[in-house]
Amino acid sequence: MAELFIFFEQIYRILFLLIPVLVSVAMIVWLDRRVWAFVQKRRGPNVVGPFGLFQTLADALKYIFKEIIIPASSNKVIFILAPIVTMTLALIAWAVIPFSETFVLANINVGILYLFAVSSLGVYGIIMGGWASNSKYPFLGAIRSAAQMVSYEVSIGVIIINVLLCVGSLNLSDIVLAQKDLWFVIPLFPMFIIFFISALAETNRPPFDLPEAEAELVAGYQTEYSGMMYAMFWLGEYANILLMCAMGSILFLGGWLSPIDLFPFNIIPAPIWLILKILFLFILFALIKAIVPRYRYDQLMKLGWKIFLPFSLIYVVLTASFLMYFDLLPGN
Amino acid sequence: MSLIRVFKTIFMIDFLTGLIMAIKEIFKPKKTINYPFEKGSISPRARGEHALRRYPNGEERCIACKLCEAVCPAQAITIESSEREDGSRKTTRYDIDMLKCIYCGLCEQSCPVDAIVQGPNFEFATETREELYYNKEKLLENGDRWENILAANINADSSHR
Repeated sequence: MAELFIFFEQIYRILFLLIPVLVSVAMIVWLDRRVWAFVQKRRGPNVVGPFGLFQTLADALKYIFKEIIIPASSNKVIFILAPIVTMTLALIAWAVIPFSETFVLANINVGILYLFAVSSLGVYGIIMGGWASNSKYPFLGAIRSAAQMVSYEVSIGVIIINVLLCVGSLNLSDIVLAQKDLWFVIPLFPMFIIFFISALAETNRPPFDLPEAEAELVAGYQTEYSGMMYAMFWLGEYANILLMCAMGSILFLGGWLSPIDLFPFNIIPAPIWLILKILFLFILFALIKAIVPRYRYDQLMKLGWKIFLPFSLIYVVLTASFLMYFDLLPGN
Repeated sequence: MSLIRVFKTIFMIDFLTGLIMAIKEIFKPKKTINYPFEKGSISPRARGEHALRRYPNGEERCIACKLCEAVCPAQAITIESSEREDGSRKTTRYDIDMLKCIYCGLCEQSCPVDAIVQGPNFEFATETREELYYNKEKLLENGDRWENILAANINADSSHR
């Protein structure tokens, strides 16, 4: 009986996290379109619900009722599996995100490693989708996406090493608590910028949206998808973006901590601060989508391997030397 | 690469300029209209949905001369006529296939009595094809509904004819 109780308690805890995440993914799609429209002096979706907030729900409803077309020459099992994998991987990573000191689903010791591993696995959904479609555009899109995500993961990994040097722990709650006095965005500012740009590439956002470059590849790996399967790719993509924003705010912007420990700020509950930081990063994502042209493929690779990787490696050496010289290494 | 170029690249000056400009643009007034609730102005010459007009005494203007049927490049108009008891020639059938129509406005121009006109209404989408095969009743009803605007439009444009 006790086991059953624990089982249901866990399920409720998961739902308590998962449903807000899914709802906020829907809202974030609306925010993205709205910011994009505002920069271009358009109005964006503003009809369904207050300020058009329920636009995504209406879209999702439309997708649910659309026919799912499975190409005759596709590998049907993998074709159906691909959006499920994308969506699942985008959602399970939220298990380790700490919303406050106590509110975290799985406070595991290697949280950042788990997060990194799961976001790296995200490429599988895209590759499976692109390959199983058995069509040229999805395949090209998937290849591009794989190469791009692998390249930028390397620099993200090195950036995470930078942060870990300053923390001395792989636990996400420890990483946040280590920023109590100083957010890592200040000493590691160049790393924050590189992390942000790599996150754009990692989530296939403009200016690095080559996998779905509509001028060349129709819609990249999503070309053959329709109905709810397309919507799952789409939601998974935005859940991933949100996850990257959460990762950025935990690694650099002090997670749930308030910017200053003064009266009006420290009574605001901790999760609100995390949400505000995620929103800030996401609005930057959306603004960048509106203002930058798409990179060429060789420029993308050059930026990843020839600039970001050496620069973040040098910064690791610098951070390590600095911490050693001033005897600031954590754990001492 | 000049030194300034290097500086600009490293500190992403061009990108930041663009970002600030984008943020400024957000607060400027919108250039688009809030369409279903707010509509743009329409020229008196706008070629929208067709209507058959009447004289103020309720008599149909159309005299079944079939000029519009002859001129229609899409052959969307079908007219049948007969003599009425008072000796005047009137249409017994006046159909427009709105799906064939290309909205060129030649029917309106060819009409000697301003009977067939194209009004300012462009929002007549339907859910079935059949609803867009307009017959005489539908066209006359359109004329009655839009008469004020149609008369004003023809008046506004009359000096250019």
